Amino acid sequence: MSSQELEQILEGRRSQPNQLIEVLQDTQESYGYIPREAMQVVSLNLGVPIIEVYRVASFYKAFRLKPSGKHVLTMCTGTACHVRGSHLLLDYAAGQLGIKTGEVTPDGLFSIEHVNCLGACALGPIVAENGSYHHHMTPAKLRKLIEALRRQEKEAPQNVQA
Amino acid sequence: MSKLNSYRELEHLHQQLQEKRRNFTTTVMVCGGTGCRASSSQTLINALGEELSRQGLDGSVRLCVTGCHGFCEQGPVMIIEPGNMFYCHVAPEDAFEVIYKTVTKGEVIERLLYRDPISGQTLRTLAEVPFYQAQDRQILSQNLTVDPCSIEDYIAIGGYSALAKTLRSMTPEEVIGEISSSVLRGRGGGGFPTGRKWSQCWAAPGDEKYVICNADEGDPGAYMDRCVLEGNPHLVLEGMMIGAWAVGARKGYIYVRKEYPLAVEHSRIAVQQARELGLLGDNVLGSSFCFDVDIARGGGAFVCGESTALMASVEGKVGEPRPKDVHTVVDGLYHKPTTLNNVETWANVPSIILKGASWFSAKGSRGSKGTKILALTGRIKNTGLVEVEMGTPIRTVVYDIGGGALNGKAVKAVQIGGPSGGCLPAGKFDLPIDFDVLAEAGSMVGSGGMVVMDESSCMVDVTKYFLNFLQDESCGKCVPCRLGVDRMLEIITAITEGRGKPEQLDLLEELADTIAQTSLCGLGKTAPNPMLTTLRYFRTEYEAHINERKCPAGVCKGLITYWIDPDKCNGCGVCLQGCPHKAITGKKQQSHVIDPKLCQKCGICRSECKFDAVQVI
Repeated sequence: MSSQELEQILEGRRSQPNQLIEVLQDTQESYGYIPREAMQVVSLNLGVPIIEVYRVASFYKAFRLKPSGKHVLTMCTGTACHVRGSHLLLDYAAGQLGIKTGEVTPDGLFSIEHVNCLGACALGPIVAENGSYHHHMTPAKLRKLIEALRRQEKEAPQNVQA
Repeated sequence: MSKLNSYRELEHLHQQLQEKRRNFTTTVMVCGGTGCRASSSQTLINALGEELSRQGLDGSVRLCVTGCHGFCEQGPVMIIEPGNMFYCHVAPEDAFEVIYKTVTKGEVIERLLYRDPISGQTLRTLAEVPFYQAQDRQILSQNLTVDPCSIEDYIAIGGYSALAKTLRSMTPEEVIGEISSSVLRGRGGGGFPTGRKWSQCWAAPGDEKYVICNADEGDPGAYMDRCVLEGNPHLVLEGMMIGAWAVGARKGYIYVRKEYPLAVEHSRIAVQQARELGLLGDNVLGSSFCFDVDIARGGGAFVCGESTALMASVEGKVGEPRPKDVHTVVDGLYHKPTTLNNVETWANVPSIILKGASWFSAKGSRGSKGTKILALTGRIKNTGLVEVEMGTPIRTVVYDIGGGALNGKAVKAVQIGGPSGGCLPAGKFDLPIDFDVLAEAGSMVGSGGMVVMDESSCMVDVTKYFLNFLQDESCGKCVPCRLGVDRMLEIITAITEGRGKPEQLDLLEELADTIAQTSLCGLGKTAPNPMLTTLRYFRTEYEAHINERKCPAGVCKGLITYWIDPDKCNGCGVCLQGCPHKAITGKKQQSHVIDPKLCQKCGICRSECKFDAVQVI
């Protein structure tokens, strides 16, 4: 973890405990998750006890305390997506990748997450791959998406972050 | 653009911008909302832009990337004015033809027109489309005419004139009086009278006050707030400014979900633009009004939709509610008087100020005035955002606007109001969209999510879904919600797995009553609603699960078995390929078999089979 980015995030927010959530949001955007060391730095700089930083970071669903895979498949499990079969997609992704929600594949390529609603309910079920939305998903479309991403990685293996 | 120092300068800018607009002969309005972006509207927008400059039309044709048009199912959608021409499912490859044929020559491209699924006719204009016809789009219609990232667009259509009117000629008491007599009620869920909230906050002692816009929208299956904030952020800002003036706040926050990146981005841009023009900051338009707004990103916690939890979250703390013996209008953010309203409530304010309370209260039913935006989703033909006059029957929304269920099935129920609302059966579809009437029926308008379910949805499973959600989202602070919901989920799970007992239904009702009476916050108090309404209206489904060990809709895994009908299976192998559990075997061209020992009943094979060969018993 390079501390330079974190320094930038903390700029102008030091000693302001009310900035905790905003700082954690930005930290996650930079590092992909909230590293333990970052929580310690944030705690010292904002003047918030470390236990409180951890409490906030673990309370909100949006925060990740472990690194994610290179491709994050976010399954929307909102009501609208649910009645159109989003649970099939979760089952399918878990089955095909051999991991559970919140886990990362051993090669570091994929992780599965679920979210309560992505707000594109009319087009459900929605699966977001690193933030880009795929609508009207079916298990077959998901299979093709995962295969395409795998192929892409094989063709450009230098980008893989193990 | 330079800072506006007076009302006259704002008016002058408005006229200038209108003049500039007159130079354009045609406007192409393409939806750039989250829904259409998911259907690659960004590529289409780029292609249209390139095509316009290639054909030398960028001076005379205005390409306006707007917020959500509401008809997400048909995306990407576009409107061409003049002529009100409506094109749907437009692909980037169509850009040349749209510009060359329709824009320059005025020819219609038949294949891009909307085809009404009922009459089979193609319709040329937006006004003819049945989905839009039965609506009364007071707020959403503004989404079609402005680029959310352009304050000029908003001012050109008369934006910020309600703010100017307020600052120039109205006292805070008059503003509150106008909002009170409009009978505007909170659009976020509770339906609390907005005027009363403002007047209590105004009367609360203290110089430091706050206004907050709740754009957390944690209710799954609802996205109207996203659409309004993302599509017309200045409208929401203007509403907040008027509210701040009325209650005496100098600082405001927009609390928006991180999961809505576009809404975060657009509201940030809007705040920045308003600051540059001097509409936020000190002495707005030369008046004594000083106000600024910050954006706070929510962390994806449903409980933060509750006012005290939301305020704790803005303060950078864990989003847990606190007892509300003293209301937030007196003791809110940082223990100061705070007015918290939802996005749609704020968005209604500018029109009420401009057009008057009586204009607003002329629409709607006896206790619920104005219009309401609903997110119509689920197993229905036309999904999207719908704005109707309050008091419109559910039937009109589901059938006239929504077009009824998919694939010729029958609509069974509609879930209104998210996890705090309830499921209403088709027999109750004559009920109006009205705060009080729906509450009486056990549901609520809530934020306006309407999820339609057909006969393939099991109501016990839907209840399990909501309880799962609520148990997951319970902040854990108070026992009734934390443990009570957990117990309800335990019982419902037992029922869906065939371990239910008849006496458990009474126990569920008893539990629900305790949770509703003793939970700390509104979300806990309403948590039993989905279960109570399904039990009230679909008791026979519960009884079938318990007494006959059957799931009539064929959904609950513990009560069903999958098998492949050898007469229908042609051995195409799609199911075999799709099964993640390797439970299907069979040779090409020969009928396949499911091994019940390996089958996890995920239903993927059934959804993949094109020949209806996979059956549930």
